[in-house]
Amino acid sequence: MASLPTPRGPVSEVLVSVLDGNFVEQLTAWPEPAGDDPADPVRVADDALSLWTLHELAYRGFTGVDERWEWHPDLLALRWRLEGELEQRLRKRMPATDRTGDVVADLLRIIADDDAPSLARHLQRHGSVEQAHDLLRQRSIYHLKEADPTSWVIPRLEGGRAKAALVEIQYDEYGAGDPARLHHDLFARGMEACGLSSEPNAYVDDAITEVLEQNNATSMFGLHRRLRGAALGHFAAFESTSSLPSRQLVQGFERLGLPVEVRAYYDEHVEADAVHEQVALRDICGALVEREPDLAEDVLLGAWTCLDLEARTATAMLKRWGVA
Amino acid sequence: MTGPQQPETRADIVMCPDGPMLVRGDVVVEDADGTQHRTTRPVSAVCRCGRTSRAPWCDGTHKLVTEARER
Repeated sequence: MASLPTPRGPVSEVLVSVLDGNFVEQLTAWPEPAGDDPADPVRVADDALSLWTLHELAYRGFTGVDERWEWHPDLLALRWRLEGELEQRLRKRMPATDRTGDVVADLLRIIADDDAPSLARHLQRHGSVEQAHDLLRQRSIYHLKEADPTSWVIPRLEGGRAKAALVEIQYDEYGAGDPARLHHDLFARGMEACGLSSEPNAYVDDAITEVLEQNNATSMFGLHRRLRGAALGHFAAFESTSSLPSRQLVQGFERLGLPVEVRAYYDEHVEADAVHEQVALRDICGALVEREPDLAEDVLLGAWTCLDLEARTATAMLKRWGVA
Repeated sequence: MTGPQQPETRADIVMCPDGPMLVRGDVVVEDADGTQHRTTRPVSAVCRCGRTSRAPWCDGTHKLVTEARER
């Protein structure tokens, strides 16, 4: 069962204590953000954990926490501020570049230009078992609910090719009807085989801010109909940068003697994501923009954000391991 | 919003530019050695670059081949 996280600043302190208490119709005001500078590390960590906690109410919730909090107007007001600031930050980070006018070509360019450090490449040849476990703990925040943030997008799409193709891929993510192949359950079994906890969010207190921000961006894109273009661009970039790293992780985990169950999870993604990237790029993003041309820029924002946030996570993890 | 009058058609087999061949549905693929492989997912990607480590399925290696060619 999922416990509430340990607060990282004044806002998450109040939020966690509110969720831990009895449900009330009206709350007093939220505390001011930690510090005036939005880039202050304490404020960034506090905001990221607060938003992650608010989003989590829409997924599995927390043990003993009243489920009505998910739609409480005062919590939504805090979410409004945190998401607004996050979206603004992500949009500012994306460099202005020329577009070809063909969204698939532009997506492929963004993906090809990605030269970020790779955690999979490090673990393939050099990493230790402890580093592999550290990575699994960080990834567990997302992988234990893998595919779920993208499923929010399905009812936001009009009919046609994009919607049919998205469901086709999601069906595969959820095991194509076979519970034994459901991806987030495969990951849970891999965690257990490694002697790690597969409880949802068991390691959220270990999660670095960058990982929380990755999860927050994915959830925000999925939960806002307005950001459906970004959600699908993010999805396409994620799937397009998964197959080769998954193979490197399989090789690294073999080298380190990690259990077959955790290798099976990444092994599945070598082939699955080689398919998903093709469908996500052309049938999902291409068809979406054909139908809703105004979404092209958001599709690229989502893709760029996916790669940028992974670059930030990889840089932080390599630094933490004393590698970079 | 209205949908298109004619439903969009979807191909069962798709050649991806500089990529694999997508195959939809439950089919058996015979590789160059004559070994048969049944698809296990709604859509499968069959390698076309010949460099995959998991023939007949695509493992993404073609991207390394394309990158090397463009350098």
